[in-house]
Amino acid sequence: MEKQMEKGQMESPWRGEAGEGLVAILPVVVSVAAYGLLFGTLAAQQGLSPLETFLMSAMVFAGGSQFVALDLWTTPAAIWTLTMAALMVNLRHVLMGASLAPALANWPRRRAYGALFFMADENWALAVRRAAERPLSFTYYAVMAAALYVTWTASTTTGAVLGSGLASPERWGLDFAFAAIFLVLLMGLWRGPSKSLWPWLAAAVAAVATHQVVAGAWYVLAGAAAGTLVGAAMGGEE
Amino acid sequence: MMTVDPTTLAAIVGMASATVLTRLAGFWLVQKITIEGRLAAALEAVPGAILISLIAPIVFAKGPAEGFAGLVTVLIAKRAPALVAVAGGVATVALLRAVLPQNLSL
Repeated sequence: MEKQMEKGQMESPWRGEAGEGLVAILPVVVSVAAYGLLFGTLAAQQGLSPLETFLMSAMVFAGGSQFVALDLWTTPAAIWTLTMAALMVNLRHVLMGASLAPALANWPRRRAYGALFFMADENWALAVRRAAERPLSFTYYAVMAAALYVTWTASTTTGAVLGSGLASPERWGLDFAFAAIFLVLLMGLWRGPSKSLWPWLAAAVAAVATHQVVAGAWYVLAGAAAGTLVGAAMGGEE
Repeated sequence: MMTVDPTTLAAIVGMASATVLTRLAGFWLVQKITIEGRLAAALEAVPGAILISLIAPIVFAKGPAEGFAGLVTVLIAKRAPALVAVAGGVATVALLRAVLPQNLSL
């Protein structure tokens, strides 16, 4: 039985759990690599060395919160502000992990927690979709996670090496890349006017108002709190 | 190239710890309690509220170049891949900044 499987994999590398995982993640890898280069470039602009950029990508491995961190970056780094910002931006992981739990229920506990360390928006979405069709195998998930992890760390570090040579990012509009990336991510989070309009409006108004009056990154907290409270208030009524 | 500032490292460790917590918490929580009702609604609202808060002062209150580029980004993203939209937004803001008089703000 094992010999037969081995032989099958040798003949067609795109079959089997590993091959199918690779095929699923490949389109994602291309766009993640481009974002990674952009992230590395912006990290270099904020004064992060390539090694610091690599360490952040390897240890945090969460693109959205890493972009937010660069946006809030100061020298020296504001440790608590950055930690709290990462916590808040990544709170969605709590819901994602909860929704992935049934697919990991039959895995050894250590493997399940290991898999969760590498959970990102993209492989989470692909894993949930896979689990809807057939049992999620360790191989399928591991191939996706490894491809994503290697791509993100390598591309961000490469960007940091190349990006330090680029002068005056404002002239090229590169500072606006943050806003543009977040706008595109936001469109994916839109759940229709009945669910998203009021929380988003509350967040926008609170953030702009706080930004005008208070210096520092408090506007993010004010807006996030306002939007979350309105979302919670609306959510209980269904 | 290979320098690591101690404060930067501390910030990275802080971010990493917070992120690991969020990655493991859901799987752990779901075995203890059911996330539903207002708690689920609040958790679901968090990412959007944060992203809106980050862009609102730039897109809605910084100036016409940023506001218009935001609109262009959204319009492109409806039809093209995300990266094309980001590139379009960046190009728009660079062009408008070169064309529009400086110090012009809403």
